[in-house]
Amino acid sequence: MNLWKRQLLAIIRIDLARTFFSKRGIWIYLLALAPAIPMFGHWIFGNTENEQLGGDAQIFAGIFQFFYLRIAIFFGCVGIFMNLIRGEMLDKSLHFYLLGPVRREVLVAGKFLSGLIASITIFCGAVLVQWVGMFAHYSPDLLASYMFSGPGMSHLISYLLAAALACIGYGSVFLWAGVRYKNPLIPAAMILVWEGANGLLPAMLKKISIIYWLKSVCPVSIPAPKNNDGEILSLLIFDIDPAPAMVAVVNLLLLAAFVTVWAGIRARRLEIGYGTD
Amino acid sequence: MIAHEDIQLENVSKFYGEVLGVNKVHLNIPPGITSLVGPNGSGKTTLMNLIAGLLQPTRGKISVCGLSPHDPENFFRLVGYATQYDGFPRGLTGWEFVHCYLRLFGFSKIETERLAWEAIERVGLKEAAERRIAGYSKGMRQRIKLAQAIAHRPKVLILDEPLNGLDPLARAETIALFRELGNEGSHVVISSHILHEVDLISDQVVMMSQGYVVAEGQIRGVRDEISDQPMQVLIRCDKPEHLASQLFHHEQVVEARVHADRAGLIVRTRSADSFYRLLNKIALNGVTIESVAPADDDAQSVYEYLIGTEESTK
Repeated sequence: MNLWKRQLLAIIRIDLARTFFSKRGIWIYLLALAPAIPMFGHWIFGNTENEQLGGDAQIFAGIFQFFYLRIAIFFGCVGIFMNLIRGEMLDKSLHFYLLGPVRREVLVAGKFLSGLIASITIFCGAVLVQWVGMFAHYSPDLLASYMFSGPGMSHLISYLLAAALACIGYGSVFLWAGVRYKNPLIPAAMILVWEGANGLLPAMLKKISIIYWLKSVCPVSIPAPKNNDGEILSLLIFDIDPAPAMVAVVNLLLLAAFVTVWAGIRARRLEIGYGTD
Repeated sequence: MIAHEDIQLENVSKFYGEVLGVNKVHLNIPPGITSLVGPNGSGKTTLMNLIAGLLQPTRGKISVCGLSPHDPENFFRLVGYATQYDGFPRGLTGWEFVHCYLRLFGFSKIETERLAWEAIERVGLKEAAERRIAGYSKGMRQRIKLAQAIAHRPKVLILDEPLNGLDPLARAETIALFRELGNEGSHVVISSHILHEVDLISDQVVMMSQGYVVAEGQIRGVRDEISDQPMQVLIRCDKPEHLASQLFHHEQVVEARVHADRAGLIVRTRSADSFYRLLNKIALNGVTIESVAPADDDAQSVYEYLIGTEESTK
């Protein structure tokens, strides 16, 4: 195994343990599992008539698009990826990596991969838990038919793909912000506003975002609101020119690769400035 | 002559925005133990961080044994650095800390474990190696940082305040370790506030004040260059008062006072060489001289002359 691979593995092993088992990260698990609470509540207390399955699929889609992608994964990635570099600066422990015979680009790549493994495990795992909460109470026959003869399995795979892509996209951007800015929460807030207002932007600007491409991967359309307040909400929900899912996947991966390489190059100028003597 | 195996800083400056870190530093540090001495804020840590590549100079060029920090794969095989920062990656035991660091070097599993235990044993922390660093005392944290710095057997060791928090026994053992490494031909660059230890361990000193190097070299050599401060000489003799009375008449003697133990005389002189010649003559006039030794060619005195005076005048 060449040196870079060994170094990547070493960095991933060090970081993974900290990301998964840190007390500071408990809120990320709570955020990921938050949608499962109403879904399991729905299982216990809700109507299990068979004709509700289509409605449940739309509720799942709504929660996934409006809460899970925009809030849970967004903030979860803020917590995971910004901590990879900037969090270690605050802990005054980043210099241990910088004192090893490791290229800064390899360090950034290793940290990004460890963040990806952790975030994808947490958020895709939580999608599965939510899926169980939402649909497992249906009769086994109906469920099997929905999953294997109907669209259930492809929907589930699309949600998992969207969650993973969200981790890759947001993760790369927040990793970059952690390398670039001393206080990365300011760019994170700006990105949150930009992503939130995505539906209101002109078509060209919409594409300079992550949520636009993620929405293209989501398998179920959310119905338009029927009341008078629904116009702005409709703008947030619908895209006049949605991208094909494959294009969305490729673009998100390219964006993540570009931003991560940029972060790696920027990390060459990273200095340890915890304080001076 | 500048050798390829030296640490070289050429016109190095570092500014934090408008704030000066170090300025116009020219240094050539040969193998052996070199102490960086200076008050808080003098730029010692900045200089060490610059040498180790944790900071990048605003101006100037740094090379360590011909290598630059921009080539980390080779540079950090050569350099070990124990910083003064007390932060550690969270949740690790002492052994995991050293082991994780060594894994970045790409050593085999067996080699990594062997080197980790070797370093931990060398700093006397074997018993506590399996305990979490969060529960370590200040002295133990210092020692585990030292273990991490020496684990890959670097040729250049940079240690920021390495003796802080160590008990007297650990201090003595650590100084012996520095001496051992220095004798092996390594560069050991140490910053310290404890001047009598600087005397004890250093082959050369670099004195810093307010971001500038104010003196460098062997302590005695540095002292010789401080011409505005008369040399102090301690003379052990049987009749110090009588000797003092004879010395007062001579032009090169600035001051003569009997030592507190009344078994010697402290003389301040502008010219050590002429004073020693004079002393030879006086010794023939009935005064028994047991010993003559410089009294202010130690780090403490040189520090006071160069930095203490300078600080007080500001």
